[in-house]
Amino acid sequence: MPETTAPTTGTTPVVGTARVKRGMAEMLKGGVIMDVVNAEQAKIAEDAGAVAVMALERVPADIRAQGGVSRMSDPDMIDGIIEAVSIPVMAKARIGHFVEAQILQSLGVDYVDESEVLTPADYANHIDKWAFTVPFVCGATNLGEALRRITEGAAMIRSKGEAGTGDVSNATTHMRKIRQEIRRLSSLPADELYVAAKELQAPYELVKEVAESGRLPVVLFTAGGIATPADAAMMMQLGAEGVFVGSGIFKAGNPAQRAAAIVKATTFHDDPDVLAKVSRGLGEAMVGINVDEIPQPHRLAERGW
Amino acid sequence: MTAPVIGVLALQGDVREHLAALAAVGADARPVRRPGELDAVDGLVIPGGESTTISKLVDIFELREPIDKRIAGGMPVYGSCAGMIMLAAEVLDGRPDQRGFAGIEMTVRRNAFGRQVDSFEAAVEINGVPGEPFHAVFIRAPWVERVGAGVEVIGTVTGGPAADRIVAVRQGNLLATSFHPELTGDLRVHAYFAELVRAA
Repeated sequence: MPETTAPTTGTTPVVGTARVKRGMAEMLKGGVIMDVVNAEQAKIAEDAGAVAVMALERVPADIRAQGGVSRMSDPDMIDGIIEAVSIPVMAKARIGHFVEAQILQSLGVDYVDESEVLTPADYANHIDKWAFTVPFVCGATNLGEALRRITEGAAMIRSKGEAGTGDVSNATTHMRKIRQEIRRLSSLPADELYVAAKELQAPYELVKEVAESGRLPVVLFTAGGIATPADAAMMMQLGAEGVFVGSGIFKAGNPAQRAAAIVKATTFHDDPDVLAKVSRGLGEAMVGINVDEIPQPHRLAERGW
Repeated sequence: MTAPVIGVLALQGDVREHLAALAAVGADARPVRRPGELDAVDGLVIPGGESTTISKLVDIFELREPIDKRIAGGMPVYGSCAGMIMLAAEVLDGRPDQRGFAGIEMTVRRNAFGRQVDSFEAAVEINGVPGEPFHAVFIRAPWVERVGAGVEVIGTVTGGPAADRIVAVRQGNLLATSFHPELTGDLRVHAYFAELVRAA
Protein backbone atom coordinates (compact mmCIF):
# COMPACT_ATOMS: atom_id res chain seq x y z
CA MET A 1 0.00 0.00 0.00
CA PRO A 2 1.43 3.44 -0.85
CA GLU A 3 2.50 5.32 2.23
CA THR A 4 1.55 8.97 2.00
CA THR A 5 2.20 9.97 5.58
CA ALA A 6 4.80 12.69 5.50
CA PRO A 7 8.05 12.59 7.42
CA THR A 8 7.68 14.15 10.84
CA THR A 9 10.73 16.35 10.66
CA GLY A 10 11.07 19.82 9.19
CA THR A 11 8.84 22.82 9.53
CA THR A 12 7.06 22.81 6.18
CA PRO A 13 3.38 21.94 6.60
CA VAL A 14 2.13 19.04 4.42
CA VAL A 15 -1.42 18.59 3.12
CA GLY A 16 -3.30 15.53 1.89
CA THR A 17 -1.56 12.92 4.06
CA ALA A 18 -3.27 9.64 4.93
CA ARG A 19 -3.42 10.79 8.54
CA VAL A 20 -5.15 14.05 7.69
CA LYS A 21 -7.62 12.23 5.38
CA ARG A 22 -8.45 9.45 7.83
CA GLY A 23 -8.42 11.89 10.74
CA MET A 24 -11.16 13.96 9.08
CA ALA A 25 -13.42 10.89 9.22
CA GLU A 26 -12.51 10.36 12.90
CA MET A 27 -13.97 13.81 13.60
CA LEU A 28 -17.31 12.78 12.06
CA LYS A 29 -17.75 9.77 14.36
CA GLY A 30 -20.96 9.53 16.33
CA GLY A 31 -22.54 11.89 13.83
CA VAL A 32 -25.09 11.89 11.02
CA ILE A 33 -24.30 12.85 7.42
CA MET A 34 -27.37 13.83 5.42
CA ASP A 35 -28.07 13.74 1.66
CA VAL A 36 -29.16 17.13 0.34
CA VAL A 37 -29.97 18.33 -3.18
CA ASN A 38 -29.97 22.11 -2.61
CA ALA A 39 -28.86 24.86 -0.23
CA GLU A 40 -32.20 24.99 1.54
CA GLN A 41 -32.04 21.31 2.48
CA ALA A 42 -28.41 21.74 3.53
CA LYS A 43 -29.47 24.45 5.99
CA ILE A 44 -32.20 22.22 7.42
CA ALA A 45 -29.61 19.46 7.89
CA GLU A 46 -27.13 21.80 9.60
CA ASP A 47 -29.88 23.21 11.84
CA ALA A 48 -30.75 19.66 12.86
CA GLY A 49 -27.18 18.94 13.98
CA ALA A 50 -25.74 17.05 10.98
CA VAL A 51 -21.94 16.70 11.14
CA ALA A 52 -21.74 17.03 7.34
CA VAL A 53 -23.96 17.10 4.27
CA MET A 54 -23.70 15.03 1.09
CA ALA A 55 -24.48 16.97 -2.07
CA LEU A 56 -26.08 15.05 -4.94
CA GLU A 57 -28.37 15.90 -7.83
CA ARG A 58 -31.21 13.60 -6.78
CA VAL A 59 -31.72 11.55 -3.64
CA PRO A 60 -31.46 7.79 -4.27
CA ALA A 61 -35.26 7.28 -4.06
CA ASP A 62 -35.69 9.69 -7.01
CA ILE A 63 -32.81 8.17 -8.96
CA ARG A 64 -34.56 4.85 -8.53
CA ALA A 65 -37.97 6.21 -9.55
CA GLN A 66 -36.79 8.31 -12.50
CA GLY A 67 -34.07 6.06 -13.89
CA GLY A 68 -31.58 7.33 -16.46
CA VAL A 69 -27.87 7.96 -15.96
CA SER A 70 -27.05 9.58 -12.67
CA ARG A 71 -23.94 11.78 -12.44
CA MET A 72 -21.99 14.21 -10.27
CA SER A 73 -24.00 17.31 -9.27
CA ASP A 74 -23.88 20.65 -11.03
CA PRO A 75 -20.93 22.72 -9.69
CA ASP A 76 -23.25 25.71 -9.14
CA MET A 77 -25.41 23.59 -6.88
CA ILE A 78 -22.36 22.39 -4.93
CA ASP A 79 -21.06 25.97 -4.60
CA GLY A 80 -24.47 27.01 -3.32
CA ILE A 81 -24.36 24.34 -0.63
CA ILE A 82 -20.77 25.18 0.36
CA GLU A 83 -21.86 28.82 0.71
CA ALA A 84 -24.98 27.96 2.70
CA VAL A 85 -23.45 25.89 5.52
CA SER A 86 -20.34 25.95 7.72
CA ILE A 87 -20.18 22.17 8.29
CA PRO A 88 -18.19 19.90 5.92
CA VAL A 89 -19.67 19.29 2.47
CA MET A 90 -19.27 15.93 0.75
CA ALA A 91 -20.26 15.14 -2.83
CA LYS A 92 -20.68 12.02 -4.94
CA ALA A 93 -18.65 11.01 -7.98
CA ARG A 94 -19.42 8.00 -10.18
CA ILE A 95 -17.40 4.82 -9.55
CA GLY A 96 -14.19 5.11 -11.58
CA HIS A 97 -14.91 8.67 -12.77
CA PHE A 98 -11.66 10.30 -11.70
CA VAL A 99 -12.40 13.52 -13.58
CA GLU A 100 -15.62 14.10 -11.66
CA ALA A 101 -13.47 13.63 -8.55
CA GLN A 102 -10.90 16.12 -9.84
CA ILE A 103 -13.69 18.66 -10.36
CA LEU A 104 -15.10 18.06 -6.88
CA GLN A 105 -11.63 18.56 -5.37
CA SER A 106 -11.25 21.79 -7.33
CA LEU A 107 -14.61 23.01 -5.95
CA GLY A 108 -13.28 22.61 -2.39
CA VAL A 109 -15.51 19.70 -1.40
CA ASP A 110 -14.35 18.19 1.93
CA TYR A 111 -14.91 14.50 1.07
CA VAL A 112 -15.72 12.65 -2.16
CA ASP A 113 -18.07 9.67 -2.07
CA GLU A 114 -17.20 7.30 -4.92
CA SER A 115 -20.73 6.01 -4.96
CA GLU A 116 -22.68 3.10 -6.37
CA VAL A 117 -25.78 5.29 -6.10
CA LEU A 118 -24.64 7.06 -9.28
CA THR A 119 -24.23 5.17 -12.55
CA PRO A 120 -20.72 3.64 -12.68
CA ALA A 121 -18.31 5.18 -15.20
CA ASP A 122 -15.87 2.25 -15.17
CA TYR A 123 -16.92 -1.36 -14.73
CA ALA A 124 -13.38 -2.56 -14.01
CA ASN A 125 -11.49 0.10 -12.02
CA HIS A 126 -12.27 2.35 -9.12
CA ILE A 127 -10.60 5.75 -8.79
CA ASP A 128 -6.94 5.81 -7.67
CA LYS A 129 -7.70 7.77 -4.53
CA TRP A 130 -4.07 8.16 -3.43
CA ALA A 131 -3.67 10.63 -6.31
CA PHE A 132 -5.94 13.18 -4.58
CA THR A 133 -5.60 15.69 -1.73
CA VAL A 134 -9.31 15.40 -0.94
CA PRO A 135 -10.22 12.25 1.04
CA PHE A 136 -12.66 9.58 -0.26
CA VAL A 137 -15.37 7.47 1.30
CA CYS A 138 -16.41 4.26 -0.49
CA GLY A 139 -19.17 1.70 -0.01
CA ALA A 140 -18.60 -1.94 0.88
CA THR A 141 -20.82 -4.97 1.33
CA ASN A 142 -18.13 -7.15 2.91
CA LEU A 143 -14.60 -7.02 4.34
CA GLY A 144 -12.78 -7.88 1.10
CA GLU A 145 -14.51 -5.05 -0.73
CA ALA A 146 -13.72 -2.63 2.12
CA LEU A 147 -10.03 -3.62 2.08
CA ARG A 148 -9.79 -3.26 -1.71
CA ARG A 149 -11.20 0.27 -1.43
CA ILE A 150 -8.73 1.09 1.38
CA THR A 151 -5.91 -0.26 -0.79
CA GLU A 152 -6.99 2.18 -3.52
CA GLY A 153 -6.80 5.01 -0.95
CA ALA A 154 -10.27 5.27 0.60
CA ALA A 155 -9.98 7.07 3.98
CA MET A 156 -13.43 6.05 5.20
CA ILE A 157 -15.76 3.11 4.51
CA ARG A 158 -19.53 2.90 4.67
CA SER A 159 -21.74 -0.13 4.38
CA LYS A 160 -23.74 0.09 1.16
CA GLY A 161 -27.20 -1.02 2.20
CA GLU A 162 -29.72 -0.62 -0.58
CA ALA A 163 -29.99 3.14 -1.11
CA GLY A 164 -33.31 4.84 -1.73
CA THR A 165 -35.47 2.07 -0.31
CA GLY A 166 -36.06 2.94 3.33
CA ASP A 167 -35.45 -0.79 3.87
CA VAL A 168 -32.64 -1.24 6.38
CA SER A 169 -32.18 -4.99 5.88
CA ASN A 170 -29.24 -4.77 3.48
CA ALA A 171 -27.38 -2.29 5.67
CA THR A 172 -27.86 -4.75 8.53
CA THR A 173 -26.49 -7.59 6.42
CA HIS A 174 -23.44 -5.57 5.32
CA MET A 175 -22.62 -4.31 8.82
CA ARG A 176 -22.94 -7.79 10.31
CA LYS A 177 -20.92 -9.31 7.48
CA ILE A 178 -18.02 -6.84 7.79
CA ARG A 179 -17.85 -7.17 11.57
CA GLN A 180 -18.18 -10.95 11.40
CA GLU A 181 -15.32 -11.25 8.90
CA ILE A 182 -13.12 -9.03 11.09
CA ARG A 183 -13.85 -11.21 14.14
CA ARG A 184 -13.02 -14.30 12.10
CA LEU A 185 -9.69 -12.82 10.96
CA SER A 186 -8.77 -11.96 14.55
CA SER A 187 -9.29 -15.58 15.56
CA LEU A 188 -7.02 -17.04 12.87
CA PRO A 189 -3.47 -18.20 13.60
CA ALA A 190 -0.82 -16.13 11.81
CA ASP A 191 -0.01 -18.81 9.26
CA GLU A 192 -3.61 -18.88 8.00
CA LEU A 193 -3.71 -15.17 7.21
CA TYR A 194 -2.00 -15.69 3.84
CA VAL A 195 -4.87 -17.76 2.56
CA ALA A 196 -7.36 -15.42 4.22
CA ALA A 197 -5.83 -12.57 2.20
CA LYS A 198 -6.19 -14.61 -0.97
CA GLU A 199 -9.83 -15.35 -0.19
CA LEU A 200 -10.59 -11.73 0.67
CA GLN A 201 -8.78 -10.61 -2.51
CA ALA A 202 -6.97 -8.01 -0.42
CA PRO A 203 -3.29 -7.30 0.32
CA TYR A 204 -1.74 -9.48 3.02
CA GLU A 205 -0.29 -6.50 4.98
CA LEU A 206 -3.71 -4.92 5.32
CA VAL A 207 -5.33 -8.23 6.27
CA LYS A 208 -2.68 -8.75 8.95
CA GLU A 209 -3.24 -5.23 10.30
CA VAL A 210 -7.00 -5.83 10.61
CA ALA A 211 -6.44 -9.26 12.22
CA GLU A 212 -4.16 -7.70 14.86
CA SER A 213 -6.19 -4.58 15.64
CA GLY A 214 -9.65 -6.15 15.32
CA ARG A 215 -10.92 -3.20 13.32
CA LEU A 216 -10.59 -1.48 9.96
CA PRO A 217 -7.73 1.03 9.76
CA VAL A 218 -10.32 3.67 8.75
CA VAL A 219 -13.66 4.79 10.16
CA LEU A 220 -16.69 2.60 9.33
CA PHE A 221 -20.07 4.31 8.84
CA THR A 222 -23.34 2.78 7.71
CA ALA A 223 -25.58 3.81 4.82
CA GLY A 224 -28.48 2.65 2.74
CA GLY A 225 -32.12 2.42 3.77
CA ILE A 226 -31.91 4.19 7.14
CA ALA A 227 -35.25 5.93 7.68
CA THR A 228 -35.94 6.14 11.43
CA PRO A 229 -34.11 6.95 14.68
CA ALA A 230 -34.40 3.26 15.57
CA ASP A 231 -32.72 2.26 12.27
CA ALA A 232 -29.79 4.59 13.03
CA ALA A 233 -29.48 3.33 16.61
CA MET A 234 -29.54 -0.32 15.50
CA MET A 235 -26.70 0.32 13.04
CA MET A 236 -24.67 1.98 15.82
CA GLN A 237 -25.31 -0.98 18.12
CA LEU A 238 -24.14 -3.26 15.30
CA GLY A 239 -20.81 -1.42 15.30
CA ALA A 240 -21.22 1.49 12.87
CA GLU A 241 -19.25 4.57 13.96
CA GLY A 242 -21.74 6.97 12.39
CA VAL A 243 -24.63 7.15 9.97
CA PHE A 244 -25.37 8.38 6.45
CA VAL A 245 -29.04 9.13 5.84
CA GLY A 246 -30.11 9.59 2.24
CA SER A 247 -33.71 9.67 1.11
CA GLY A 248 -34.92 8.89 4.65
CA ILE A 249 -35.03 12.54 5.70
CA PHE A 250 -36.26 14.62 2.79
CA LYS A 251 -38.70 11.93 1.59
CA ALA A 252 -40.38 11.95 5.02
CA GLY A 253 -43.29 14.03 6.28
CA ASN A 254 -41.35 16.36 8.57
CA PRO A 255 -37.68 16.45 7.50
CA ALA A 256 -36.39 18.92 10.12
CA GLN A 257 -37.87 17.03 13.04
CA ARG A 258 -36.87 13.61 11.72
CA ALA A 259 -33.31 14.80 11.04
CA ALA A 260 -32.94 16.14 14.59
CA ALA A 261 -34.37 12.90 16.02
CA ILE A 262 -31.90 10.75 14.07
CA VAL A 263 -29.01 12.92 15.36
CA LYS A 264 -30.12 12.38 18.96
CA ALA A 265 -30.71 8.66 18.41
CA THR A 266 -27.20 8.25 17.01
CA THR A 267 -25.60 9.81 20.11
CA PHE A 268 -27.77 7.85 22.57
CA HIS A 269 -28.00 4.72 20.41
CA ASP A 270 -27.67 2.47 23.47
CA ASP A 271 -30.32 4.17 25.64
CA PRO A 272 -33.85 2.89 24.87
CA ASP A 273 -35.48 5.59 27.03
CA VAL A 274 -33.94 8.35 24.93
CA LEU A 275 -34.75 6.42 21.74
CA ALA A 276 -38.41 6.07 22.76
CA LYS A 277 -38.61 9.79 23.46
CA VAL A 278 -37.04 10.94 20.18
CA SER A 279 -39.11 8.47 18.12
CA ARG A 280 -42.40 10.18 19.06
CA GLY A 281 -44.39 12.55 16.87
CA LEU A 282 -42.24 12.41 13.76
CA GLY A 283 -45.10 12.03 11.28
CA GLU A 284 -44.85 9.88 8.17
CA ALA A 285 -41.60 8.04 7.48
CA MET A 286 -40.67 7.58 3.84
CA VAL A 287 -42.93 5.01 2.22
CA GLY A 288 -40.13 2.69 1.17
CA ILE A 289 -39.68 -0.32 -1.08
CA ASN A 290 -38.80 -3.83 0.06
CA VAL A 291 -35.38 -4.76 -1.27
CA ASP A 292 -36.73 -8.19 -2.26
CA GLU A 293 -39.15 -6.57 -4.69
CA ILE A 294 -36.38 -4.81 -6.61
CA PRO A 295 -35.24 -6.82 -9.65
CA GLN A 296 -31.58 -7.86 -9.40
CA PRO A 297 -30.27 -5.52 -12.17
CA HIS A 298 -31.69 -2.50 -10.32
CA ARG A 299 -29.96 -3.19 -7.03
CA LEU A 300 -27.38 -0.50 -6.32
CA ALA A 301 -25.43 -2.40 -3.68
CA GLU A 302 -24.21 -4.82 -6.32
CA ARG A 303 -22.36 -2.08 -8.16
CA GLY A 304 -18.66 -1.97 -7.24
CA TRP A 305 -16.37 -4.96 -6.98
CA MET B 1 -1.30 7.80 44.12
CA THR B 2 -4.76 7.03 42.72
CA ALA B 3 -5.47 7.62 39.05
CA PRO B 4 -7.30 10.89 38.29
CA VAL B 5 -10.78 10.31 36.87
CA ILE B 6 -10.98 12.14 33.54
CA GLY B 7 -14.11 12.26 31.41
CA VAL B 8 -14.36 12.69 27.66
CA LEU B 9 -17.47 14.51 26.45
CA ALA B 10 -18.94 11.73 24.32
CA LEU B 11 -21.73 13.38 22.34
CA GLN B 12 -19.89 13.26 18.99
CA GLY B 13 -16.33 13.18 17.68
CA ASP B 14 -13.08 11.27 18.23
CA VAL B 15 -13.97 10.16 21.74
CA ARG B 16 -12.28 6.75 21.54
CA GLU B 17 -8.85 8.22 20.68
CA HIS B 18 -8.97 10.58 23.69
CA LEU B 19 -10.10 7.78 26.02
CA ALA B 20 -7.19 5.63 24.80
CA ALA B 21 -4.64 8.44 25.18
CA LEU B 22 -5.87 9.25 28.71
CA ALA B 23 -5.78 5.60 29.75
CA ALA B 24 -2.24 5.34 28.36
CA VAL B 25 -1.04 8.16 30.64
CA GLY B 26 -2.53 6.44 33.69
CA ALA B 27 -5.90 8.19 34.03
CA ASP B 28 -9.20 6.48 34.77
CA ALA B 29 -10.85 7.60 31.52
CA ARG B 30 -14.63 7.57 31.08
CA PRO B 31 -17.13 8.78 28.50
CA VAL B 32 -19.48 11.53 29.71
CA ARG B 33 -22.93 11.97 28.12
CA ARG B 34 -25.10 12.69 31.17
CA PRO B 35 -24.96 15.19 34.05
CA GLY B 36 -24.58 12.30 36.53
CA GLU B 37 -21.49 11.06 34.70
CA LEU B 38 -20.01 14.56 34.82
CA ASP B 39 -20.34 14.60 38.62
CA ALA B 40 -18.01 11.60 38.86
CA VAL B 41 -15.02 13.10 37.00
CA ASP B 42 -12.13 15.31 38.19
CA GLY B 43 -11.36 16.69 34.73
CA LEU B 44 -12.95 16.76 31.28
CA VAL B 45 -11.72 16.52 27.69
CA ILE B 46 -13.81 18.00 24.88
CA PRO B 47 -12.80 16.01 21.79
CA GLY B 48 -12.40 16.87 18.14
CA GLY B 49 -15.61 16.71 16.17
CA GLU B 50 -18.11 19.09 14.63
CA SER B 51 -18.46 22.03 17.03
CA THR B 52 -21.92 23.08 15.81
CA THR B 53 -23.23 19.56 16.42
CA ILE B 54 -21.58 19.26 19.85
CA SER B 55 -22.94 22.69 20.86
CA LYS B 56 -26.49 21.62 19.96
CA LEU B 57 -26.23 18.28 21.75
CA VAL B 58 -24.83 19.95 24.88
CA ASP B 59 -28.05 21.99 25.08
CA ILE B 60 -30.42 19.18 24.12
CA PHE B 61 -28.99 16.79 26.70
CA GLU B 62 -28.77 19.49 29.41
CA LEU B 63 -25.05 19.50 29.95
CA ARG B 64 -24.35 23.20 29.46
CA GLU B 65 -25.18 24.46 32.92
CA PRO B 66 -23.51 21.59 34.79
CA ILE B 67 -20.29 21.96 32.75
CA ASP B 68 -20.25 25.75 33.17
CA LYS B 69 -20.67 25.25 36.92
CA ARG B 70 -17.82 22.76 37.12
CA ILE B 71 -15.56 25.08 35.09
CA ALA B 72 -16.42 27.94 37.47
CA GLY B 73 -15.54 25.59 40.32
CA GLY B 74 -12.06 25.04 38.89
CA MET B 75 -12.43 21.69 37.09
CA PRO B 76 -9.59 21.28 34.55
CA VAL B 77 -10.80 21.03 30.95
CA TYR B 78 -8.81 20.29 27.80
CA GLY B 79 -10.30 20.89 24.34
CA SER B 80 -8.80 19.80 21.00
CA CYS B 81 -9.99 21.45 17.76
CA ALA B 82 -13.81 21.50 18.15
CA GLY B 83 -13.06 21.35 21.89
CA MET B 84 -11.00 24.54 21.57
CA ILE B 85 -13.98 26.22 19.89
CA MET B 86 -16.25 25.00 22.71
CA LEU B 87 -13.89 26.61 25.25
CA ALA B 88 -13.68 30.00 23.51
CA ALA B 89 -15.44 33.08 24.87
CA GLU B 90 -15.91 34.30 21.29
CA VAL B 91 -16.14 32.35 17.99
CA LEU B 92 -15.76 33.87 14.50
CA ASP B 93 -17.22 32.13 11.41
CA GLY B 94 -19.42 29.94 13.57
CA ARG B 95 -23.18 29.57 13.46
CA PRO B 96 -25.07 32.42 15.16
CA ASP B 97 -26.67 29.99 17.62
CA GLN B 98 -23.39 28.26 18.41
CA ARG B 99 -22.28 28.69 22.01
CA GLY B 100 -19.27 27.53 23.96
CA PHE B 101 -18.78 27.15 27.67
CA ALA B 102 -17.78 30.00 29.95
CA GLY B 103 -14.17 29.11 29.27
CA ILE B 104 -11.02 30.76 27.97
CA GLU B 105 -10.92 34.53 27.39
CA MET B 106 -10.06 34.28 23.69
CA THR B 107 -11.43 34.76 20.19
CA VAL B 108 -11.20 31.71 17.95
CA ARG B 109 -11.78 31.56 14.19
CA ARG B 110 -13.50 28.37 13.07
CA ASN B 111 -12.10 26.50 10.01
CA ALA B 112 -9.45 29.25 9.94
CA PHE B 113 -6.86 27.32 7.92
CA GLY B 114 -9.42 26.52 5.21
CA ARG B 115 -11.37 23.49 4.04
CA GLN B 116 -10.35 19.82 4.23
CA VAL B 117 -8.02 20.05 1.20
CA ASP B 118 -6.04 22.60 3.27
CA SER B 119 -5.83 20.34 6.34
CA PHE B 120 -2.17 19.69 7.18
CA GLU B 121 0.53 18.30 9.44
CA ALA B 122 3.21 20.61 10.85
CA ALA B 123 5.62 21.00 13.75
CA VAL B 124 4.52 22.90 16.87
CA GLU B 125 6.50 23.66 20.02
CA ILE B 126 4.60 23.86 23.28
CA ASN B 127 5.94 25.81 26.27
CA GLY B 128 5.95 23.67 29.37
CA VAL B 129 6.14 20.41 27.39
CA PRO B 130 9.77 19.35 27.02
CA GLY B 131 11.29 17.37 24.15
CA GLU B 132 10.95 17.39 20.37
CA PRO B 133 8.44 19.73 18.73
CA PHE B 134 4.97 18.18 18.36
CA HIS B 135 4.08 16.62 15.08
CA ALA B 136 0.67 18.29 14.97
CA VAL B 137 -2.32 17.25 12.84
CA PHE B 138 -4.68 20.08 11.86
CA ILE B 139 -8.09 19.11 10.40
CA ARG B 140 -10.35 21.98 9.29
CA ALA B 141 -8.76 23.51 12.35
CA PRO B 142 -9.43 26.78 14.17
CA TRP B 143 -6.78 29.27 15.27
CA VAL B 144 -6.76 31.81 18.09
CA GLU B 145 -7.03 35.43 16.95
CA ARG B 146 -7.09 37.24 20.27
CA VAL B 147 -6.27 36.31 23.84
CA GLY B 148 -7.32 38.07 27.04
CA ALA B 149 -5.02 39.15 29.86
CA GLY B 150 -5.06 35.89 31.82
CA VAL B 151 -4.41 33.65 28.82
CA GLU B 152 -0.99 32.18 28.19
CA VAL B 153 -0.07 31.41 24.56
CA ILE B 154 1.82 28.11 24.76
CA GLY B 155 2.04 27.03 21.13
CA THR B 156 2.34 28.53 17.64
CA VAL B 157 2.90 27.06 14.16
CA THR B 158 6.61 27.17 13.37
CA GLY B 159 6.69 27.37 9.55
CA GLY B 160 4.79 27.64 6.29
CA PRO B 161 1.99 30.03 5.33
CA ALA B 162 0.37 29.74 8.77
CA ALA B 163 3.60 30.51 10.67
CA ASP B 164 3.15 32.15 14.08
CA ARG B 165 -0.58 31.44 14.26
CA ILE B 166 -1.61 30.67 17.85
CA VAL B 167 -2.65 27.03 18.15
CA ALA B 168 -2.27 26.21 21.86
CA VAL B 169 -3.31 28.23 24.92
CA ARG B 170 -3.78 27.83 28.64
CA GLN B 171 -5.79 29.85 31.14
CA GLY B 172 -5.52 28.47 34.66
CA ASN B 173 -6.91 24.94 34.55
CA LEU B 174 -8.22 25.28 30.99
CA LEU B 175 -6.12 24.02 28.09
CA ALA B 176 -6.88 24.14 24.34
CA THR B 177 -5.13 23.08 21.13
CA SER B 178 -6.16 23.58 17.48
CA PHE B 179 -4.61 20.25 16.61
CA HIS B 180 -5.21 16.60 17.55
CA PRO B 181 -2.51 14.99 19.71
CA GLU B 182 -4.95 12.10 20.19
CA LEU B 183 -4.39 11.07 16.55
CA THR B 184 -0.61 10.81 16.64
CA GLY B 185 0.23 8.56 19.57
CA ASP B 186 2.28 11.39 21.12
CA LEU B 187 0.97 11.34 24.68
CA ARG B 188 2.71 14.46 26.03
CA VAL B 189 -0.32 16.77 25.90
CA HIS B 190 -2.52 14.20 27.63
CA ALA B 191 0.19 13.59 30.25
CA TYR B 192 0.44 17.36 30.81
CA PHE B 193 -3.35 17.57 31.22
CA ALA B 194 -3.51 14.55 33.54
CA GLU B 195 -0.87 16.29 35.70
CA LEU B 196 -3.06 19.41 35.75
CA VAL B 197 -6.02 17.31 36.93
CA ARG B 198 -3.89 15.62 39.63
CA ALA B 199 -2.74 18.99 40.93
CA ALA B 200 -6.21 20.61 40.91
